[in-house]
Amino acid sequence: MSTPRLPDGLVVIVKEECETCRMVAPLLAQFECTVYTQDDPSFPHSVSALHDADLAVSWHHEIETVPTLIRVMEGVEIERTVGWSRAEWQRITGIATLGDDLPVMRPGCGSMSVDPDRVDALRAAFSGDVLQARRIELADLDDEMEKLFDLGFTDGLPVVPPTPERVLRMLQGTTRAPNEVVAIVPPDLVEVTIEKIAINAVMAGCKPEYLPWVIAAIEAICTDEFNIHGVLATTMPVGPVIVCNGPGAKAIGMNAEGNAMGQGNRANLTIGRAVQLVVRNVGGGRPGEVDRATHGNPGKISFCFAELEQGSPFGTLAASRGVGPGVNAVTVFAGEGPRCIVDQLARDPDSLANTFAACLRTLHNPKSVLGFDVILVVGPEHARVFAEAGWDRDRLLAELHARLQIHGSELVRGAGGIAEGVPDWLADATLGKFRPDGILVVHAGGGAGLFSAMIGGWANGDIGSKPVTKEVRP
Amino acid sequence: MSKLLLDPTSERRVAERTRLARPASLSDQVIGLLDISKPRGNVFLDRLEERLLQAGAQVKRYKKPTFTKPAPVDLRHEIAANCTLVIEALAD
Repeated sequence: MSTPRLPDGLVVIVKEECETCRMVAPLLAQFECTVYTQDDPSFPHSVSALHDADLAVSWHHEIETVPTLIRVMEGVEIERTVGWSRAEWQRITGIATLGDDLPVMRPGCGSMSVDPDRVDALRAAFSGDVLQARRIELADLDDEMEKLFDLGFTDGLPVVPPTPERVLRMLQGTTRAPNEVVAIVPPDLVEVTIEKIAINAVMAGCKPEYLPWVIAAIEAICTDEFNIHGVLATTMPVGPVIVCNGPGAKAIGMNAEGNAMGQGNRANLTIGRAVQLVVRNVGGGRPGEVDRATHGNPGKISFCFAELEQGSPFGTLAASRGVGPGVNAVTVFAGEGPRCIVDQLARDPDSLANTFAACLRTLHNPKSVLGFDVILVVGPEHARVFAEAGWDRDRLLAELHARLQIHGSELVRGAGGIAEGVPDWLADATLGKFRPDGILVVHAGGGAGLFSAMIGGWANGDIGSKPVTKEVRP
Repeated sequence: MSKLLLDPTSERRVAERTRLARPASLSDQVIGLLDISKPRGNVFLDRLEERLLQAGAQVKRYKKPTFTKPAPVDLRHEIAANCTLVIEALAD
């Protein structure tokens, strides 16, 4: 809908419900002006007003407060004042004595066009044409939640119905245009727009301020390095694990502390879920079709958490991957579910590193080497042991890699009575459990509990998936 | 008024694809065998190659760089240009 043109001269927008509007109403007969009234069409009684019944004039001219006095020349707004300021009204109307008996100033009231109960419907009515997605019409008797299941749009849990009102509200969370193509999403290799991401973010339960994080994660997983096609199609139980860094993670209410990888936090759960819904709905990646996971894992519904940056002796994951301080970023990792590392007794870093190494050694198979990366989520109570000893990220990684050099005789096929293993020609080699950049350290968790966690990865490097970090853009 | 929702999908309609007719004979066919690089896929394809050669077909062997990613465009074009049929060894 195009913007209604204001008539030249003076224009006043009022509503009867507003006490300040009622106070200025008698003045409106003292000068030539066009009056728009938002609520009562007979108000103000002093002049004949136009009824802005659908609030189109108020919406398009961004009226936030009533009364608003505007001066228009040749269809263009020259100046405006909001509420009652005697000096401003006298200046704009050119009547030096206007309202001399009224107070010097009185604030106005909120315009009906910014009423939180109305704003979504107004945005849909007046800005809905920015939405390009196909409309799905539900019959009056359709149960919308059941219908969304029937259409195959859900991950097995109910989704929020993506109405135009909700999607437009979601799009307020980004400055990027709804029709901007963000990425090509496997497996169907479909262009995904900001709008399609917003639709799926609504369904996942996101707030608008989460949307830039969802978009960044989509950009990250749809790179050749991350290879969401393979991550989706594999029989292994992996999905995108999203680690969020930067001040914005805290600002949107993400949880990096107690139960960070569990339930209970809307931002953590819905950002990860929105990413998976985009893969499902836009990319066409569904279990039983291209997704061939033997077991899957609950994190394939959503697996997203923030790093506890405060108090970390390791710096941040994002910084270790080249992101500057104060910048919001997501890192995506093709990972399985988290597994707990328990050590309640270690109070020195060597002992704790021994435990970490022993547990990490078992990842996927104790005889598997070099093929899989891992996220090591160090809990704050464990991190304190390293901090007190002066161990930083580099020291911890060096100590772990040193402990995870394994002689080939332990790893060859058949060794230990286990058929799995490396070829015999590696029997005299010494092999690392992980490639040199194969351990990603993250600091997260609650303040009580001498626990850490490990999240095993999928086939790493060029043949599979590499972690990818992307900046979150507004 | 009935409720409107926005379509969260790619809005692609599923293309109906009909199967090609089975070839009357293998003797005039150039058959590409595509190894997706999973362990032991070559064992399966070696045996297929023997059987196909016995049946009089020509066989060309191809290999994806990694099983985790779609075949590169150049490889797909090469197979399409040189073969009349293709058989893909899926996995171990």
